Amino acid sequence: MRKALHVVGLFAATALTLGFLVLPLAALFTRQSPVELVHQLSNPVVTDALKLSVVTSAIAQALILLLGTPTAYLVATRRFPGRSLVVTLVELPLVLPPAVAGIGLLVAFGRVGLLGSTFDALGISVAFNRTAVVLAVAFVASPLYLRAAIAAFEALDPNLVAASRTLGAGPVRTFFRVALPLTSAGLAAGAALSLARGLGEFGATIMFAGSLQGVTQTLPLAIYAEFDRDFDVAVTISALFVVITAAILLSLKLSALWRTSQRTSRSLFARLSWS
Amino acid sequence: MADLAADFTLPLRSFELELGLRVDRTVALVGPSGAGKSSVLRALAGLARPSRGRIALGDDVWFDAERRLFRQPDERSVGLVFQEYALFPHLSVRRNVAYGGRARVDEYLERFHIGHLAESSPTELSGGERQRVALARALAREPGLLLLDEPLSSLDAHTRTTVRAELQELLREFALPTILVTHDFDDAAALADEVGVIVQGTLRQLAPPQELVARPADAFVASFTGANLLRGVARRTADALTEVRLETGEAVFSADPGEGAVGVVVYPWEVTLGREPHTDSALNSIVGDVRSVVTVGTRVRVQVGPITAEVTASSAERLEVERGGRVVASFKATGTRLVPLG
Repeated sequence: MRKALHVVGLFAATALTLGFLVLPLAALFTRQSPVELVHQLSNPVVTDALKLSVVTSAIAQALILLLGTPTAYLVATRRFPGRSLVVTLVELPLVLPPAVAGIGLLVAFGRVGLLGSTFDALGISVAFNRTAVVLAVAFVASPLYLRAAIAAFEALDPNLVAASRTLGAGPVRTFFRVALPLTSAGLAAGAALSLARGLGEFGATIMFAGSLQGVTQTLPLAIYAEFDRDFDVAVTISALFVVITAAILLSLKLSALWRTSQRTSRSLFARLSWS
Repeated sequence: MADLAADFTLPLRSFELELGLRVDRTVALVGPSGAGKSSVLRALAGLARPSRGRIALGDDVWFDAERRLFRQPDERSVGLVFQEYALFPHLSVRRNVAYGGRARVDEYLERFHIGHLAESSPTELSGGERQRVALARALAREPGLLLLDEPLSSLDAHTRTTVRAELQELLREFALPTILVTHDFDDAAALADEVGVIVQGTLRQLAPPQELVARPADAFVASFTGANLLRGVARRTADALTEVRLETGEAVFSADPGEGAVGVVVYPWEVTLGREPHTDSALNSIVGDVRSVVTVGTRVRVQVGPITAEVTASSAERLEVERGGRVVASFKATGTRLVPLG
């Protein structure tokens, strides 16, 4: 009797948890018919925001990969004074409230900020334009990639790097032929997380870049703007968001699955007879 | 073939590694784990930077502290075989071998009998196969110096014997200056022309293996080569023999001169077993209980009190040696060496 009660309790808790998590997501798709949903996608507010989000995220992600990967490699493979401080600094933006990030970006890069006049002299304007969006996205998203990349490079067997060097490969060739291929799974996971985080970035962007349709209004900002104006459009963008994020998460899981099957398939085929 | 001349100091975590070596054939460095053996290889390969000294292969200077010269690993003509082989798991056997030298890959795959494994992943190979791939990869670069870090330690006992013989043949064939590191004196003696004993970063003795056995420089070298070591205090006697009063209270005699605290070195194969003690001072006797009996092929290793004897199976049978029984272990005064305790 007590055992039955135990099992029922367990199932009830699970059903409640899953229901709570799934219901809001499902509701986004049930409010309007699929036809209406697809039709709403051609709304200029939606298309402008989608285009802007894709472009700014792509640029921010490219910058994160290009600059973050060598940074993570250096931090992970060298021992230098202040290393743990660097690692902590990298993680700090992760736990900061986005509003703090927005203010920080303003006082650093804004017109009246620390580097404002320098940027002015260089002809770079970060006042409420795409550059500002890219900076905000990169600021909040890059720590996720950096952290994953540092962990991936730290897990790399240093003897493999050493072996490559003694076999005549310089540091650059070693990086591209040994370090990068062996950490690609970890780097991809970090990149996917940072991409998802960057796409959803809201607080820092609205404070630092504003919310101008077609200029700085990314998908999350458009949801917020349409929330007051046309609730159905807000719901549509939200549904679109669920699809995009789910796709990112799913491709990450699938690529991990594909990798493990790649690694083990040969021995698996050797063990099992399929004929 | 250019010789390796190395003389350097490398600071390690708890002590300094200090080494002077000239290598034209195969040198084995032996010593307990943590003695700094692998660090020697790292310094020679350019993976660690010494604080002092010079490393050169022939006229090619790899490191010179005074000239602030330090050549990177990829600029040294060196082949290093790592202890766990460090094969690239994401590359096939062929691409592993081709990594260092693309020119004669097929030749090396054939030479090391791994041609049939060319397209396999290193993760699918046995220990012996992995070692052959690692050797092929290191040698395909045609290095001027070969470094082997514990080449036999990650193999099981059965594979070990086969691989040791293969390695012996290989070292003879390639005739490169080679340094191998091992914690096993028998492996070192089998593979190398000269054996260096390293303890706490210092080279205690460097000599051909038979010389290390015949004239160990100190107690550590002696025990490392497999000798019995009996601690005691030496005193000169009238008849040109040295009397050593052991810690256990017994007295043994040696033909070697000595004074004060010494170690008496005697090899197991110099010890015979019997039932009755001798009275001749030229023949030492130690009476004791048999603590263990281990048969290795046709030989039997018998531990009697503080000493191990290696006798033939037939003589062990004749004496009815068994655990717990009482026997007399005898060895000649001329069969012993006295070494300083260190």
